[in-house]
Amino acid sequence: MNILSLTRFQPVLALLMLAFSLAAHSDPETVSQPWQQALNSLAQGSMAEREQAIMQLADIKDAHNLTILQALLDGKLFTTKTDAKLVIGTDNQQGFTISDAVSGADLGAVEHDALSKINLTNKMRGTLRKIIGELELSADDPKVRLAAVKAMAKEADDRVLTLLRERADKEPDEAVRQAIKVTLLLQDMDSSDKATRIMAIEALKTKNSQEVANRLNTMVEKDENGEFIEPDEDIRNLAKAALININNRLQLYSSIETVFFGLSLGAVLVLSAIGLAITFGVMGVINMAHGELMMLGAYTTYVMQQLMPNHLGISVLLAIPAAFVISALVGIAIERGIIRFLYGRPLETLLATFGVSLILQQSVRSIFSPLNRSVATPEWMSGSWQINDFLSLTWNRFYILVFCLLVFVLLLQILKRTRLGLEVRAVAQNRKMAKAMGIPTARVDAMTFGLGSGIAGVAGVALSQITNVGPNLGQAYIVDSFMVVVFGGVGNLLGTLVAGFSLGIANKFLEPFAGAVLAKILVLVFIILFIQKRPRGLFPQKGRAADS
Amino acid sequence: MKLLTLASQDKTCTTVLMLLAAVTFIIPLCNMLTPVGSPLHFSAYTVSLIGKYLTFALLGMSLDLVWGYCGILALGHGAFFALGGYAMGMYLMRQIGTRGVYGDPLLPDFMVFLNWKELPWYWFGFDNFGFALLMVVLAPGILAFVFGWLAFRSRVTGVYLSIITQALTYALLLAFFRNEMGFGGNNGLTDFKDILGFNIQSEAVRSMLLLLSGLSLIGAFLLCRWIVNTKLGRVVTAIRDQESRVRFLGYRVEMFKLWIFVFAAMLAGVAGALYVPQVGIINPSEFTPLNSLEIVVWVAMGGRGTLYGAIIGAVVVNYGKTVLTGLMPEIWLFTLGAVFIVITLLLPEGIVGLLRRKLKEQHA
Repeated sequence: MNILSLTRFQPVLALLMLAFSLAAHSDPETVSQPWQQALNSLAQGSMAEREQAIMQLADIKDAHNLTILQALLDGKLFTTKTDAKLVIGTDNQQGFTISDAVSGADLGAVEHDALSKINLTNKMRGTLRKIIGELELSADDPKVRLAAVKAMAKEADDRVLTLLRERADKEPDEAVRQAIKVTLLLQDMDSSDKATRIMAIEALKTKNSQEVANRLNTMVEKDENGEFIEPDEDIRNLAKAALININNRLQLYSSIETVFFGLSLGAVLVLSAIGLAITFGVMGVINMAHGELMMLGAYTTYVMQQLMPNHLGISVLLAIPAAFVISALVGIAIERGIIRFLYGRPLETLLATFGVSLILQQSVRSIFSPLNRSVATPEWMSGSWQINDFLSLTWNRFYILVFCLLVFVLLLQILKRTRLGLEVRAVAQNRKMAKAMGIPTARVDAMTFGLGSGIAGVAGVALSQITNVGPNLGQAYIVDSFMVVVFGGVGNLLGTLVAGFSLGIANKFLEPFAGAVLAKILVLVFIILFIQKRPRGLFPQKGRAADS
Repeated sequence: MKLLTLASQDKTCTTVLMLLAAVTFIIPLCNMLTPVGSPLHFSAYTVSLIGKYLTFALLGMSLDLVWGYCGILALGHGAFFALGGYAMGMYLMRQIGTRGVYGDPLLPDFMVFLNWKELPWYWFGFDNFGFALLMVVLAPGILAFVFGWLAFRSRVTGVYLSIITQALTYALLLAFFRNEMGFGGNNGLTDFKDILGFNIQSEAVRSMLLLLSGLSLIGAFLLCRWIVNTKLGRVVTAIRDQESRVRFLGYRVEMFKLWIFVFAAMLAGVAGALYVPQVGIINPSEFTPLNSLEIVVWVAMGGRGTLYGAIIGAVVVNYGKTVLTGLMPEIWLFTLGAVFIVITLLLPEGIVGLLRRKLKEQHA
C-alpha cells in the first residue's frame, strides 16, 4: 500500500526533491554546468558517453562525486524509470530504499522494477576504481586519505603505485605520508633489483607496521618442503635482522601499553581510594559506606544524562560538581548523624557505616531498579588514540588518568593552601591542641568527612564511564580501596597515589600470565602478606602521631 | 558437674540452654513418633530451617569467642564456615557416584562438563567420611593458623586486621568463582543424594541433622564456656582489654590469639559442615564479605562476650531475615542496615545487655 502510493506520487515527490536539491545546492560553484551535464549523460547516455562522463566527473572537483562513483561501482546507482532521476538504492527484499544521488535526501521505498540500473563494462570498473582511489586520496579528511592508502595497498598495481608516488610528495599529513611510504617500500621488496630490495628492507626496519612485520615474517619462513621461501640468503639475513628490530619495538610498545593499562587501572584505584585516604587516613574513620558514596556519584551521572539526553558531553562534565555536592551532603549527614558519636571506637564505626552502606544500596535498588543502568560515554571520550600500528590508547582510560591526577593535585592544594586544609591537618595532628587554639573541631570533622565523601562521588562519575552503574558498584571497589590506602600508608596521600598506581600496574603485568581473576587474587595475597611485614604501609607516618 | 554449675550462674544462660535442648530433642522426637500430617509433626522445611539456625548459632558463637573475648573483629569468619561446608560438600559430591547427570563413577558432573579427565589430587580421600570430617576442621584450622600466625606475630591489630580478614575472604571468593579451582565455580557443589548411605532428602536424616546440629551447639557452648573460664580464657579476655599490658606481664600474646582464632575457625568449619547437608548446596557466595559481616551483626545484636548472646542474636536476626525476605524482600537490607546502626549507637551490649539491665531494675 505504502509503496504503491509512493510510486503514484512519484512525479510530485520528484519535483519536490528537485526543488529541495536545488535549494541545497544554492552555491553556484557546486552545481556547475558541466557537472550536471556529466551526470545527465551518466544517467541516460550510451556506454561510450557514460565512460566519458565518468572521466569528466573525475576532473571536476565536487564533494558528491565520491558517493556517486562509489555507488556506481557497487552497482547501487540507478535511474528512476518515471523521470530518469539519479538515485542510490539499497535492496531491501521487497524493493529498493532510495535516496537522491545528488542531495542525499531520503526518497523512501520503491518496487524493484521502478528503477533501472546503470550498467558498467569491466573497463569502466577499472577506471572507476582508480578514480575513486584518486578522489579519496585527495579528500580533505586525513582519515579518509589514510583509509584509501590502506585499501589501495591491498591491490597495488603499477597504476596505483604511480598514483601513490605522486601523492607521496604533496601529502601534508605525516601519518598518511608514512603509510604511502610503507606501501611503496613493500612493493620495492618484490623488485627484481637486489639493491632496491636491500634498501627497502633497511628503510622498513624503522617502521611500526603490522604489515611490514607480516611481510618480513614470510621472507624468513620455510615452505612445506623445507625450502626457504626467499631464495636470496643476503636478503633473508637482512630480513631477519629487521624483524628482530621490529619485534623489539613491538615488545616495547606492548609494555608501554601494559603500563598504560596499569596506570589507568591505578587511576581508578587511586580515585576510589583518595576519598578514603582523607576519611580513613586523616580522620581515622573507617567508612564502609565509602563505596556507596561512589555509587551515588555514578548514579548522579546517570540522572544528569537522563535530564539532558541531547548533551552527553556537558552532562558528564556537569555531573562532576553535582556528584561532589550530593555525595558530600550525604557524607556530612552520615558524620553528623552517626560517626560523631563513635569517635575513638573504630570497630563500632566500621559496623555502623556498614549499616549505612546497606541502606544506601537498597535505596538505590528501590529507586532505580536492581538492574544495571547504562551511562553513555560522550563522543570525545570514546574511541582510541591510535599512535601507530602497535600502540593505541583508549580515550576514556586516558581521560580518567588525567582526571585522577587533576583531582589529586586539587586535593593536595586544598589541604596545603586553604584555611580548611590547615584546620584539617591541625585536627588530625592533635585534636585537643587544635581545639585549644580555637579551631571548631566538630565543624572541621564534618567538613573533612564531606570533602572525602565528595571526592568519592567524583570518583563515581569516572567509574560510570568504564563500568556498569548498579547498586553493587560500591562493593566491588571497597575492598580494593582499603587495600590501596593501607598499602600506601595511612594518613599519607602521596602514598595512596603511589600504592594505587603500583598495584594497578602490577595487576596488569600479572594478567597475561595468570588471567584477570588470579592476578587480582595474587595482588590481594601480596598485600595481605605485605601488611604482615610492614603493618604501617609503604610510607608510614613518622613521629608521635604514628603511635596512637 | 563444674560445667553445669558454671552455666547455672546466669539465669538467661540457663534459659537459653534449656530452650536449645528442648528444640534439639523435641523436634526430632515428635517427627519420629507422630505420622505426617499430625499437628505435632514438623514439616521438612521447618526442620531444615531450624537446623540451619542452629548451625548459624554455632557460627555466631565461634565468632563471639574471637571478637567478644579476644577483641579481634574478624570480618572474614564466613570463609572458615564456607571451607568446612566445602569439605562436607566434597564428601557429598563423591557420594553421588554414578547417579550424576553424566553418570561418571569418579568425576562430579561439573568436572565432566569441563572435560576434566581425572580427579584433582585435593579431591582424593573425600569419599571417606572420616577423612572428610577431618578436613572439615583441618582446612579452616590450617588457613586460620597460617593467616593468624602471620598476622598476630607482626602485631596487625584493630581495623587493619579487620580489613585484611575481609580481603582474605574476598580473595577466596574470587578464587572459588574460578572453574579452574575445581570446586564447581559459580554453581558450587549441589545435587547431593546420600549421606553415609542414607537419602539426604529423607525426613529421618533431616531430623538427625537437626539433632546433630543441636548437640554440637550445646557441646560447643559448654566447651567454649569452659575455655573462657580457664586461665587461657582469662588471659585472652585480658588481651582484649589491655593487649600491651598483658604482653608486658610476660605472656606471648600472639600465641593466645592464634590459639583462640584457630579454635574458632574450626568451630566455624563444623558449623559449615552441618549447614551444607541441610540446605543442599554450597557455593562461593558464602565467601562474600557481606556474609561475614552478617555474622558480626548476629553477635553484636545478641550481645558479645557472652556466648549465648551470639546464639540469641543468630536466631533472632535469621528469623527476622526469613520473615522479612518472605514478606517484602526490599525491606531486608534496610532492616539489616538499621540494625547495624541502632545496635552500635544505642545497644552496644545487645539483647543480653538489655535483658540484664531489665533484670537488675526488677531486683532493685
